[in-house]
Parts: sequence; structure tokens; C-alpha cells
Amino acid sequence: MAVIQDVHGHGHDHPTGIMRWLTTTNHKDIGTLYLCFSLVMLFVGGFLAMGIRAELFMPGIQILEPEVFNSFTTLHGLIMVFGAVMPAWVGFANWQVPLMIGAPDMAFARLNNWSFWLLPVAALLLITSFFVPGGAAAGGWTFYPPLSTQGGMGTDMMLFAVHILGMSSIMGSINIITTILNMRAPGMTLMKMPMFVWTWLITAYLLVLVMPVLAGAVTMVLTDRNFGTSFFNAAGGGDPVMFQHIFWFFGHPEVYIMILPAFGVVSEIIPTFSRKPLFGYSSMVYATASIALLSCFVWAHHMFTAGMPVAGQLFFMYATMLIAVPTGVKVFNWTATMWRGSMTFEVPMLFSIGFIFLFVIGGFSGVVCAIVPVDIQVQDTYYVIAHFHYVLVSGALFALFAGAYYWLPKWTGHMYDESLGKWHFWLSMVFFNVAFFVQHFLGLAGMPRRIPDYALQFADFNMISSIGAFGFGLTQLLFVYIVIKCVRGGEKAADKTWEGATTLEWTHLPSPAPYHSFETPPVVK
Amino acid sequence: MKQDVAKTNVDILKKLLVFSVVMFGFGYALVPLYKKFCEVTGIYELERPDTLTKHTEVDNTRSISLLLDANVRGLPWKFKSLQANIHLHPGKLTEVMYEISNESEEVQVGQAIPSYSPKNLERYLKKIECFCFSQQELQGKEVKQLPVRFLIDPEIPGDIHTATISYTFFNVKN
Repeated sequence: MAVIQDVHGHGHDHPTGIMRWLTTTNHKDIGTLYLCFSLVMLFVGGFLAMGIRAELFMPGIQILEPEVFNSFTTLHGLIMVFGAVMPAWVGFANWQVPLMIGAPDMAFARLNNWSFWLLPVAALLLITSFFVPGGAAAGGWTFYPPLSTQGGMGTDMMLFAVHILGMSSIMGSINIITTILNMRAPGMTLMKMPMFVWTWLITAYLLVLVMPVLAGAVTMVLTDRNFGTSFFNAAGGGDPVMFQHIFWFFGHPEVYIMILPAFGVVSEIIPTFSRKPLFGYSSMVYATASIALLSCFVWAHHMFTAGMPVAGQLFFMYATMLIAVPTGVKVFNWTATMWRGSMTFEVPMLFSIGFIFLFVIGGFSGVVCAIVPVDIQVQDTYYVIAHFHYVLVSGALFALFAGAYYWLPKWTGHMYDESLGKWHFWLSMVFFNVAFFVQHFLGLAGMPRRIPDYALQFADFNMISSIGAFGFGLTQLLFVYIVIKCVRGGEKAADKTWEGATTLEWTHLPSPAPYHSFETPPVVK
Repeated sequence: MKQDVAKTNVDILKKLLVFSVVMFGFGYALVPLYKKFCEVTGIYELERPDTLTKHTEVDNTRSISLLLDANVRGLPWKFKSLQANIHLHPGKLTEVMYEISNESEEVQVGQAIPSYSPKNLERYLKKIECFCFSQQELQGKEVKQLPVRFLIDPEIPGDIHTATISYTFFNVKN
């Protein structure tokens, strides 16, 4: 096993060009690969979103045939969840976890390389599935049977891709858990770890807990399709509703897998720009852990209309509402950290405050959806679409932007363009709300999701929403420009770029962080 | 990296791998667990006859129009109800006949799955006998007439005047 942990052996004569990236075992290189991959996938998923919004710009069928529209919504969801948000967080973990705990690299460097290079394979399967006979999977990103046990070859490719992505996530999380548990600098006890490291430790545990269950469900769908089993086939004694239970047993923790690292990033940035330590650090840790724990007992709130005894509905309703308590603790702590701090509003801070503001709106609409009688009304309407885009776009994605701006100076050694960054924030903020706020109204008025056409009374709000979505999509090109500009040059970043920062990568390392860092671990007092 | 760190890393890796495999197994274990849970709580009773525990009074003041629908999926069978619709009083034990015929020459096995409308009809529909409680085997060209004996609980809400019972025969692969 010494071979796979060879992080020092290859010294500084690493290969150049494409081979450097194919064979790299360096956590910074792999982090960069993850982040670039997820940025590309963000634009692939974004392209699909633009297609959806273009079709919904006006009533009637203009651009996409209904079947293609269904493929667009399905693949948009899958690519954004598994291709953009999750790999982006793993990229952050790869870059930041070793730097923040004072470790030389990730625990299993070659495993790390492998878990990244599985991703492009899966992405290729997903994208090429559009061009096979029968088209891409069209049964929704949740691939419920019987739709997912029908469908053509594109569905098999999608299921196989989900398998690969799941495997990559499991390996990535095993690596992260091991690194955090076993490779912290001397003196860094668990309760001295930065919040970002804490949230990722808990996220990684959630991943190894639920990803294999998803793998089981995917395997069952594949054998139902290809080998004549009847797990979800009613005629053969199976039960399609059982799929929903298994899927959401994975699916609900999955949404926290996407948001907990966001909590971590925001918990790093708010104290830095408030120039105060994080308020209630230990309550933050316990709140994160209890959110993760509770998330395993609320899955059936996604299926209140699927048929369930009232006792079950009540249990899942109250359990879901209970999650608002630890989440409220977090929001309180962030606000209390800012209270009477000497705040400045650089781009990372703007995105973090935007995150808190909009995530709370998404959280509140989540509590609304948790109420069974309301949920039965809004199930599968645009209200739900609005809810989860508030927590995933203005939640996870805004936190990703915040983190990227926060650490870009450390990664590249250059300052990003502050005024362009502010443009990026304000345009994103405005267009995001234009795109998604009106969807609450559409949902409450009864517009169903996943349908390419709609009744005339929904026309105005849909047009507004589409304009917002186009604006939001275009704004993200600005982000790419800012990142490229920052990588290529710019004002030299100070080693401790942000005066309020306290974590090891700012206090102990130069900017840019050297290719090999913390070969001798720092001592944390 | 120090050797003892490397060793502990591998130990943690092994534990987490075992845990992942166990969770993969847990995904599969959910299948029998789900079946058992539904059985114990009585949620999933499609294949079990209802028992009449109390004597039910026939409510002659009300009449419900019942549509009897029959479908076949994936079998060369013909399946129909001998009465397209009936009127009945809640509480009255009723028998309806269905007919299935195998159009092919081969022996085939099918399973009927019921579906009700309105959604909560299931709660008030008490089936004492039904061909859907077991798989049906038909020889080539065989024709069978099968009964369903049931009653509708008089406690059914007063605003239900029409209801539908639909059966679909599915091909059971051997």
C-alpha cells in the first residue's frame, strides 16, 4: 500500500502538458481538475436550462418537441446535481482540506486521481445519450419506474453514468474522511478544525452512508430493465412506490450533501470579513451534525401524494420541520457573527450575504412544502421548482462563487478583478430573483413542472422568468472571464490576502500556495 | 508521510470500504424490509382477501354506480367484464363475473393488478373473493370465467356516487 500513498517520491520532476493532468496525484492539481470539470458541466447543464426556459418563454410548442423537452429537464437536473455541484465541492475539498488542516496531500493520492478521471467518462455517457436512438433519458432526474424501466438505450447510459458518478463520490469521500481523521497537523483537535473541514467531514460520512444505497437502487433498475428481475415491476410482484422510498432515502441526504459544504464556506467567509471569530463555533458543529442526522429520517416528504398512511405523513412532516431548528441556529450564528463586526463587502462577502438572504427564503418555502395539506397542493408544481432553486442555486452555487472568489488569490497568487466581481454578484442576484421568484406564483396558481406547454394565464410570469434565466446564464460567462483573467495575471495577492482570515492556508503559506505544501506539518497551538 | 500515518490511513480505508459495501447491501435489504413493513402495517394487501368482522347493514337508501374496467398488458389474452357497470347498495354482498380467454396456443400465466377510483375507495371496498389474489394460468385457447365477490362498506362517504374498479392482467415471466 506504500505505492498508492507515494506523495513525496515523485519530487518536482512531474510530467508536463496533458500527462501532468492525466497522471497527477497532487491534491491541488486534482482540485483544479474537479473545479474546471464542474464549471464546464455548469455550462452544459445551463445550456439545457436555457433550452427549457426558451421553450417556456411563450405558450405553445416552439423549439423543443415534448420528448426532447423531457430529456432536457431530466439531464439538466442530473448534470447540475451530479456533474456540477457535487464535483465542485469535492474540488474545494481537494484544494482546501489539506491546506486548512496542515496536511501535505490527500491520504490516497492515486485513488484521488482515479475518482476524478471517472467523472469525464460519466459526463460523456450523459451527453452522448442525446444522440442515441430513442434519445436521452426523459423520466425526470429522479428516474422513477415505470418510466425508467421503459425508455431506450439513453436510459441505460444515464443509469450507468449515475453508477460511475456514485462510485467516484464514494472514493472521494473515503479519501476526505481519512485525510481529516488522520492527517491533521499536531495540535489541531477536532474542535479546532475550521468549519469548512467540519462540514466536509460530515458530508463525506453522509456520502458513504447513502451513495451505496443509490447504487443499489440503480442496480435494481438496471436488472429490471435488462435481466428480467421485478423489483419495481408490479406485474412481477414488485412495487414502483418502493423505488421512491429507496431513492429518497438517498435523495434527501443528497440535498444536504450539496448544501453542508456551502454552510462551511460561508462560515469561513463571514468571520473573515466581519473581523470577528465565528459566533457559536461548537453549536455550529452540532447543528451541522444534527442536520445530517435528521436528513436521514425525512425522505418521505418528497412523496406525500404517493400514498401513505396519515401517521406516516405526520411523522415525516414534523421531522422535516424539525430540520428548520438547527438550520435556524446556523443562520442566527452567521447574523450574530456580523453583529457589530467591522464589516467590509468584498465579492466573497457579498455572495455569502446573498447566500444567507436567499437561502433563508428557500428554507422558508421548504417549511411551507413540509406541511402535508399544502404539499399535496403544490406537489410537482413550479412552487417546488422555485423552492429548490432557491436552496441550490442561490444556496449551493452562490456559496461556490463565494468560495471561489475567497480562495482564488491563494490558488493563483493574483487578485481577481474586484469591480467585475461586484458586477457578477449584482447581476446574478437580480437575474436570479427575476428568474425564480415569479415561479412561486406560477406554482401556487397550479402550473405543473416538467411540461413544455402551459395555459395562457401563466404566460406573463413565464416570460419574466425566462428573461431572468437568460440574464442569469449570460452573467455566468462573466465569471469565466474573471477567473481566466485572474489566472493569467493581476495584482499580486498578499500571503494573507484577507486581513481577517485565520486559517492555516492564509497564516502559514505564501500566495500562490506552492505545489507541495506542509511537508513539515505546522504546529497548531 | 510517516509510516504509522500511512498504516492508519489504510485501516480507515478498509473500514470505510466495508461500510460502503454494507450500505449497498442495506439498499437491497430495504426490499424485504419494505414488504414486511407493508404487511405488518396492513398497507399492502392487494393479494389478501378481506374478512368481514362485523355484520354490515345494507343501506337501501343509497345506490352507487360501479364501472367495471378490464385491461391486458403484454399477454395475448382477451379480458372483459360480463357486466360493464352495475348499481349496488352499500353493504350488499355482490358478485360480478369476468371472462379471460387465451388467444394463443401456449400456456401462459398472468397476474391481475387492481386499481380503484376514487383513490380512497380501497378503504371501503371489501373483497372476499377475487381472481387477483393469485396468478392465473391458461392453457392454449382456454376460456375461464372468474368471479369477484365484494361489498362496499356503508361507511363510504355520502358524496361518492360513482366508482370504478379496474383490473389489468400482466404477463408473469417464469
